[in-house]
Formats: sequence, structure tokens, C-alpha cells
Amino acid sequence: MPILDVQNLRVRFETHHGVVRAVDGVSFSLEEGETLGLVGESGSGKSVTNLALMGLIPSPPGVVEADAMRFEDRDLLGLSDAELRSVRGNEISMIFQDPMTSLNPLLTVGRQLTEVLEVHERVSRREARRRAAAGLGDVGIPEPERRLDQYPHELSGGMRQRVMIAMGLLCRPRVLLADEPTTALDVTIQAQILELMQKLQHEYGTAIILVTHDLGVVAGMSDRVNVMYAGRLAETAGAIELFDDPRHPYTRGLLGSVPRLSGDTDADLDSIMGSPPDLADLPAGCAFRPRCTFETERCAAETPPLFDLGGGRSSACLERDALGQHQGGAQ
Amino acid sequence: MSAPLLEVRDLHKHFEVGSPGLFGGQQETLRAVDGVSFELARGETLGLVGESGCGKSTCARTLVGLYPPTSGQVMYEGEEISSLSHRDRAPFRRKIQMIFQDPYASLDPRQTVSSILTEPLRIHRLARPRQRRLRAMQLLDAVGLNPRHIHRFPHEFSGGQRQRIGIARALALEPDLIICDEPVSALDVSIQAQVVNLLGELQERFDLAYLFIAHDLAVVRHICDRVAVMYLGKVVELAERDALFDDPRHPYTRALLSAVPHPDPRIERGRERIVLEGDVPSPLDPPTGCRFHPRCVERGEVPDNRCVTVAPELGSRSACHLPGQA
Repeated sequence: MPILDVQNLRVRFETHHGVVRAVDGVSFSLEEGETLGLVGESGSGKSVTNLALMGLIPSPPGVVEADAMRFEDRDLLGLSDAELRSVRGNEISMIFQDPMTSLNPLLTVGRQLTEVLEVHERVSRREARRRAAAGLGDVGIPEPERRLDQYPHELSGGMRQRVMIAMGLLCRPRVLLADEPTTALDVTIQAQILELMQKLQHEYGTAIILVTHDLGVVAGMSDRVNVMYAGRLAETAGAIELFDDPRHPYTRGLLGSVPRLSGDTDADLDSIMGSPPDLADLPAGCAFRPRCTFETERCAAETPPLFDLGGGRSSACLERDALGQHQGGAQ
Repeated sequence: MSAPLLEVRDLHKHFEVGSPGLFGGQQETLRAVDGVSFELARGETLGLVGESGCGKSTCARTLVGLYPPTSGQVMYEGEEISSLSHRDRAPFRRKIQMIFQDPYASLDPRQTVSSILTEPLRIHRLARPRQRRLRAMQLLDAVGLNPRHIHRFPHEFSGGQRQRIGIARALALEPDLIICDEPVSALDVSIQAQVVNLLGELQERFDLAYLFIAHDLAVVRHICDRVAVMYLGKVVELAERDALFDDPRHPYTRALLSAVPHPDPRIERGRERIVLEGDVPSPLDPPTGCRFHPRCVERGEVPDNRCVTVAPELGSRSACHLPGQA
């Protein structure tokens, strides 16, 4: 049984400019110890999906609906606030992108860490402090005892992000939602953090949903990848299959847009033309159509559902078969 | 041989931080740029890479005169410009323009695109008012925006389009050199690729030189002819692009390259990374000798503790004591 199962998740925001469907019918599941990569451009619904799982979508203006949103045997949508609080930060926890704005500047690092334990596990202050220090040690922070008494501003960016990760892992969550956990960091620090996340996943069997726009990070970390566009899944596949043989024009465009460290570095990048659409004013039919090079008349007429391609793959493209045949043409 | 377009000689930029007297605080010297030298030819792209706080942006800002240098020289076509007065520097300001990282913060939200693009022409008293508008429309067209949107405000454009406006503004005075400070790092990948391609096109069309500051090494490999790697205010390696990427000589360059994730699961999963320990030390109190020595995994191979005691000079390739690497 998957540890997390989401069916037809819809999140909409009712704004002055009209209804914004930030997530529009997304289904996926997550197995124990698995890493699911979630990629897409700004506004594609990646972060909103995670926030909805955590019950952190403000209402109003947000409305969260789903046919099912199950964590183990519990229905996350049916939980009371108190029950949700006992899951959040404990069994499902989240690492945010910006450690400067998501740590409380007025509390010491130690207080922020021990609070998590005191709330969820009702341990004594002393025991909480001991475990907080151990948690900092786990994420590679030197002199953890001393760090506990420091404030976030006294730490470097990489150190703060490690504190965030330590906090996220303190209660040994079953599921970790990591929202661009290394985007604000330099590559050498990023390498440290990614290595650490993999090590901890290996030790505790944590399942991870990794939201990122960095396809290199996705390639290294994910077992499976969900590609999102304009609030819907464009494609889902195992990581190797997705990078080898993308079956959605958007995925192909993304892969072509990424500059590489090796290979032909002088050719122009295959950029995707145009800009991501306005979610309050989506085009009819396929949302990617205005930017797509495989567009046909049908694409304007019908919104493509997610077609099952077998082998755990699916693609929301009417021209998915033509795309498979073009493989290699543009590479 | 004619002088290079831009030559930087032993540039230093130090900041005094902390307040003297108040609460008995002490002033300290932050050595943001600490002896940087390089040349840039017409039409060439030099990448300046390194992690946060290595001094790459300060270096750029000092070059364009936004900060006065503490010492060292900036020469433009053989003429020293770093010691000129603000007024004498004006003609050179036309020739060296800048594109900034944040397309949201670098455009005045209350100016129309027309006003943003004609302002440099007005300040430098180029062209008549009517012609300025025409010029602004040509610039919009050159960067791939619709010239009819000239009366719009920045908020009516997406992030990628705003960056194009920033580029158009930099082009307005027909510069020889554009300093690009992380021009694509705030953009989504698909948009980033559009802007990278645009920069390439414009370079060919207007014979521009770029000083391209970035932390994304894949973008740098794509766009640059030569690359300088900075660490704690110093250039640790400077080489032709392919030489640097295919055969990095400085241990820091090697670690930096190895930390970049490859967008290919087969490569990414199998490879060995050099993971550096710890953080970059503070530029208020840089390590003695080679500044990279506390994090260097190869310093054991250099005898007599020289890495700790002697600062290595930048040789033909890198600033490192390891035999054969300089």
C-alpha cells in the first residue's frame, strides 16, 4: 500500500481576477522510501500541491478538494485541525526553500528544534535538547551544542538550511516534502545537503517529494518524476525513462532548455517559445498548445487527459505517439 | 598589438565594516576583492564564477564605477578610467553597461518602458526626443519584444520579458561591453534558455564583449570564451573555457565542477562527487596562505605546509602550489 495516495487533487484560489486553478486534477501516490521529483516552471502548481498535502493552504481564498488524499490509512482531508497538527511536522514534515524567512528570527535554533519535539512527543526539555543537538550533528553541523544557543542570523545560509532539514527530520517523518531545499544554496553546499538527504532517507526509509526546477538535482535524487504544467500533470515516468525518452512536448522542451556541462555546448539551446500561461485565463484545450511545436487542430478542441502509456508512464499529450517516433531527432 | 578592450590590474575593493566607538565596536576590513587581474578583448565573453560572497559582484560593480576601488587599475582601451572624476568618466560609462540579476527590482515600476529606454539617451544627450522614441522601439524589437508595448509599465511584463527590457536598456547607448550580473539565474529554465540565446545573438550582431557573472556553471560553459574562477576575493583559476571545464587545475575548480548535478540520471547516480567540507570562511578574516587550504582535499600533497604559509600566485592557469597545476 502506498504511504501517500492522492486522487484528483484540485486547489483553486478565488481572487479578484477570477478563479485561479493552481492545481487542477492531480493524482499520484508515493511508496515508502521512494523519492518523487516534482518539476515544472513557476506557477505550475508544484508548491501548492505540497502545501495542500500539509493542510497549509489559507482558506479563504484557497479551496482544496480531492477524491482522496490518504496518508497511510487516514484521510488527510477529513482530519480535524488538532489531528492535522499531530501529523504535520511529525509524520509528514516539510522543508521550505528560504531558511531565512521560515526560521523564527526571535528564537534560538535550539528553541525552534526542541519545540517540535515537545509538541509532538511530549519529551522533557532536557531530553528534547539532547535530541536537538543530535539532530544538528546528523546534518553535519559542527559544535551542535553551541549552535543550539545561537539565533538564525548568526548562521550562514548553508547552515540555516541544514537547521531547517534537521528540524524537518527531527521526528523521523514517514514523508518529507522538500520544496526547493537547495535552490538558495551554492553548488558545493547543495552537494552536501543532497548527500545528507539521501543518507537519511536510506537510514530511516523516509519517502520524499522533491520539488525543484533543477533537472540535474531531479536526475540525481528521484526514482520517479511528475512534470507539472499549468496545474496539471503533463507527464509522469521513472526518472531514467523520462530523461531518455520524454513523451510530452513540454518535458522535451524543458530538457532541451537546460545547458549542459558536457557535449555540444556551442549550439543554441532549444528553448520553449513564449511564457507560462496566466492561470486565470488558460487557453482552450491543451494549456501548453500556444508554446507547442507538435500542435494539431485537435489540441485546441480537447483538453488531453493523462494517457496511460504502460510501464508506469503516462502523458497528457494527444500527439504522444508522434513524439515517441521523433525521438532523437532534436537531440 | 592594440590594448585589450578592458584590462583590470590588481584590483582591490575593501570595505570597512562595524562602527568605531559605539558600544566599543571595532572596525574590521572586509576584503571583498583582493587583487584581481584579467583582460577582456572586443567581442569576447569572460565568465566570472564562484560562490556567494566570493567577490564577483563587487568586482563588477567596482569595474563600472559604482564603487571606487581601494587600489588597482581599470583600463579601457589602454586608458585608465578608475581614477577619473565622475564627469570625465561619462564617455566610458556609455561604453560599459550593466544587466542585473533581478528583473523585478532593476526596473522602476513607475516608469513606462518608453521612459526606461529613452532615459539613458536623454542623460547622455543623444538623439532628439522624437528619434529617441523610435530608437526605443528599435531596441524593443532587437530584444524580441513587441515595439507597440512601449507605453506599458514593467508589471505588465513577465520575468523573462522584464529581463529583455533590462537588456534593451543596456543596449541603448551602443556599448562595447556589457557586464551581466547573474542575468538568467532568477528565470525559469525555458525562459533562461531564451535569454541565453538572445545574449548570443546580440553579441554577434553588435560585436559586444560580455563579462558574464554567474554561479550556474552549465550556463557559463555555454556562453563564455574564457572563465575566471573566484574564491574569497581572489581569482584561483583563469583559462580558456574548454580547458577549464575539461581539465580543471585548481582543487576548488575541480570541487565546484564536480558539485554541479548533471541532468541525466545515468551519469548523476553513478558518479563520484568531491564534497567539500564546511563553509566558505569569512572574508573579514581570510585564512593564511592559500585561502582555500582549510577545505582543500589535496593540500596534503604539497610539502612543508606551504599551503598554510605561502599565498600562491596566479600562474598561467591557476593559483595553486600543487606541482604542475599552476
